Order: sequence, then C-alpha cells, then structure tokens
Amino acid sequence: MSENVWILGIHMTPFGKRADLDVLDLAAEAALAALKDAGVTMKDMQVMGYGNLRGGTSGQSLQKQIGQTGIPSFNVSNACATGSTAMRAVIMAIKAGEADMGIAVGVEKLYGAGLLTGNSVGSGPETWTPTGRNGAIKNLDGFIGTSGMAGLFAQIGLAYNDSDPRADFELFARISEKSHSHSTLNPNAAYQNKMSLEQIMNDPMIAYPHTRSMCSANCDGAAASVIVSETKLRTLSLEQQRRAVKISASILASDPWTEASQEFADVSTVTRNAAVAAYEQAGIGPDDLDLVELHDCFAAAELVHYDNLGLCEPGGAIDFFNSGATWRDGRMPVNVSGGLQSKGHPIAATGIANIWEVATHLRGEAGPRQIQGAKAGMAHVIGLGSSCTVHILEKSGL
Amino acid sequence: MSIPIVNYLVLEPQPHLVAQECTACKAKFFGRHNACPKCFGVTFAEFEVPTTGVLKTFTIVHHDAKGVPVPYCAAVLDCGGMTVGGNIIGVDPDPEIITRGMHVQLKTYSLGTDAEGVEAIGFGFEPV
Ligand SMILES: [Zn+2]
Repeated sequence: MSENVWILGIHMTPFGKRADLDVLDLAAEAALAALKDAGVTMKDMQVMGYGNLRGGTSGQSLQKQIGQTGIPSFNVSNACATGSTAMRAVIMAIKAGEADMGIAVGVEKLYGAGLLTGNSVGSGPETWTPTGRNGAIKNLDGFIGTSGMAGLFAQIGLAYNDSDPRADFELFARISEKSHSHSTLNPNAAYQNKMSLEQIMNDPMIAYPHTRSMCSANCDGAAASVIVSETKLRTLSLEQQRRAVKISASILASDPWTEASQEFADVSTVTRNAAVAAYEQAGIGPDDLDLVELHDCFAAAELVHYDNLGLCEPGGAIDFFNSGATWRDGRMPVNVSGGLQSKGHPIAATGIANIWEVATHLRGEAGPRQIQGAKAGMAHVIGLGSSCTVHILEKSGL
Repeated sequence: MSIPIVNYLVLEPQPHLVAQECTACKAKFFGRHNACPKCFGVTFAEFEVPTTGVLKTFTIVHHDAKGVPVPYCAAVLDCGGMTVGGNIIGVDPDPEIITRGMHVQLKTYSLGTDAEGVEAIGFGFEPV
C-alpha cells in the first residue's frame, strides 16, 4: 500500500495584472507563501514540480531565487493542466517513497496576451509547398475548421447530448452569469464585477455562442503547494495536522482512442475516465462532494463537464444547471471562485489554483465565499490535446 | 496546374476526401500514421470518405489569429460514420441559417494562384 499524501501548505497569488513582477517574482511569491503556510522551508523539500508554459523559466531558475538545495525539478508542459501535472509528479514521488515532502509550482504571465488562437496566418508563400503529415500548403486554421480555443469549445458545447437544442447561446450565457456573480466574493479574482445576462450576451462575439465574457480571462498569476506524506505529517505539529488537507485521489489521464478524437478534440472521454478513477481511488462518490472547481475555460465547457464528472444524471446537465444546483447556494456548488472566466486563467497556474480554492474551503478559510461545512471537494483541469487531472480532497480528521 | 490544400483532398475524378483505414481494426483517420492509434496495427488502406454528411456541431468564429478571414463557420460533420472537420461555405455564417442536423455536400473552391501559376484548391461543405 503506497503512502497517503496530504497538502501541508498551499497558496494562490492574486490573479490579474501584475506588471511590477516578472515570472520568477510571481513563482517565488506563490512558493514562499506556500512554504510559510506549511510551516516549513526549502530545506525540507526533496522534490519540485514546476510548470511555466510561456515564460521560458524552469524549477531550477526558481530555485536560484528561493533556495538552491540541489533537489530535482520535474519541469512539465501539459497545456492548461501543466500546474496540476507538476503537482501530480510530486505526489507520485512521495507515493513511491522517494521523498516525504515536495513542492509544486505553476506560474504564468498572460495579461494582455490576447485570444488563445491558433498560429497566425502569414502572407502567402511564393510557391505552394506541401508540409507536414497532411501535406498542408498553408496554415489550416480558418480554412479547415478552427484551431481557436473559443471555437473548439463552442463546438463541444453545441454537440452536448447528441446536440440537444436546449444547449444554446442563452444557456451558456447563463452559466457565465453564475461565474461572474460568484467572483464578486473572491478578492483574488482578476474580474470581480457582476455581469447581467444582457451584458454577457451583448459583449463582442468571439466564437458563437461565446462572447468575450464567456471566455477565460488572460491574466498573471501563480500558485504553489507543499505536499507531504502521511507518515511525515504525523510527526509535525497538531496545528499543521489540523490544517492539512487529504489528497484522496490524484489522477492524470490522456484522451484515449475514440472514433472522432483525431478530428474533433474529445475532452469528455478523458474527463469521464479520470473522474471514474478518482472516485474509485477516493472511495467516495459525487454525492459526497461539497464543492467542485472544474475547467470552465469557456462557458460551454462547464456544461459538458457537469455530466463528464458525474455531477448529474447522464445526459442531464441542462436540467441540472437549470435547477440552480451549481450556484453557490445550490446542492452542488461549482466554481465558487468565479472560475476561469472571471477569476482568470494564467495557464500553468490554473491547475494548482483550482486545488487551492477547494483546499481553502475545506480548511474553513474561504472568508465571505466559504461553503459552510465543506468536507470534500474536487478540482478538475483539462489541457487541450488532451490531458485531464482530477483531484479529490478531504478535510483533515487528524 | 492545381494542388489541394491538404493531401487527403483528392481532386480527380471528382473531389473527395481520402482517409487511412487500419486493415486490422478498420479504424479511420486522416493523414500519415506510424501505427494505428486504436489497435497498433501498421498496415493501412485508403478509404474514400462519402462527400455528403450531416452537421454535428459548429461555431461561428468572429475573432481569430491574424490573417484568418472572419467571420466563418467551422463545423464538425458525420460523413458516413466518419467524423470530418471543415468549414460551412456557400451560405452566410449565421446561426439562424446553419443548424445542427443539416445535410451538407463537399465543395471545392480556389485559394489563389502562386508565383508559378499553380492554383491551390480548398474545400468546405455546402448545405444541400
Ligand atoms: Zn487498428
């Protein structure tokens, strides 16, 4: 039986515009605060997981700013699941018995980066030259479908439940209305202003049915988590044990073969597989969850993941949302942080930030947005291409 | 002289798409593969994809990377059981006009001519 693993300390920086800081400043802010929260130092760390997609930094460059103790760094790249994959690497090292404490860090500076689209299409070539496995003579984005994320997830949402006609523009806008309402209680969110359904639907259209406020918000941010083995945790102070959060399940999966998956990104099968494995590992089911942070990179994604994560009856995500279940006062609060559309989505930080949100509620430290009495929660992230992490966390009983 | 936008668009005798089919498990996919992603087999045959299909889902892209003409309708189609990505062409990119379940037909169009006079041919799907 491998070791149980726990979160000993965790931190998320405020998300938004952090113009005065560079990538390493942000990573250091999150890492040092997570170490302080855990009541330990870099001297106690035996392994690091690090993710930064667009800044060109590594765990080693962070160590040069906060402590060069010689520990290994797993520098990972897994699209939007980068941060949670870094954490998964640390968890595996501890479960394998190679370390009893480690730190995972995810960081990104994305403020003002513009839309997450495919590659830009340059001016035409002098002569048409087939390149790549498809012998493409030009960048295909916009000519054979779209590579833009807003459009890809729009297609995924409109295909929900055999293209249920009720999965329409207004439904997706109402999901964003919830996100932008929840974020008003989150002082760390990049956008904390409430938005009406009308404002959301009248915002500039990016990729129908996604308007600008229904898309994840580019911003700067970092998150870090200190992970500890249960054996080591039991040697620490009672206060450290009381605030520690149990990692009841930690799953990382890739998209398996499905008929459509090479032409049309399949984020559903991989999420379903990861969720089933996570519930089995944790020994609890969706009815036991008090809150869920799921990967709402676009409004349409949230709808399909209600179903993929087993939060509702199969095929029942529309009725589930319409029942009010996923609002913060509903029976299954989803994205009480405001989610990626209003809290923000600094890509490599997101996977740990979602875990921070859930852990903070389980510790009873979420302030005005606290879900009262939260004992168990789930954090889900998708990296397009596609990877998925699902973590199930439980309140300490120590 | 003309050249297709991708090598799986075959222009003669009539324009159509050609997929790779695993000879062992019959899984189909576009483009060169090193082995079958479903059964790991390494022999493939060509599969002629039907030129008609049904629109499964779509989006209308209004903002895209620099150089991509917008708005356009990007769609996912079912062509005889095979999932195919492509744009809906020949109609306004308007969600009042383009609907899930609509029947479509493959059509080609000119993407322009290069310095050597070679015309590039793209493809899309038009409502029937
Ligand atoms: Zn095969």
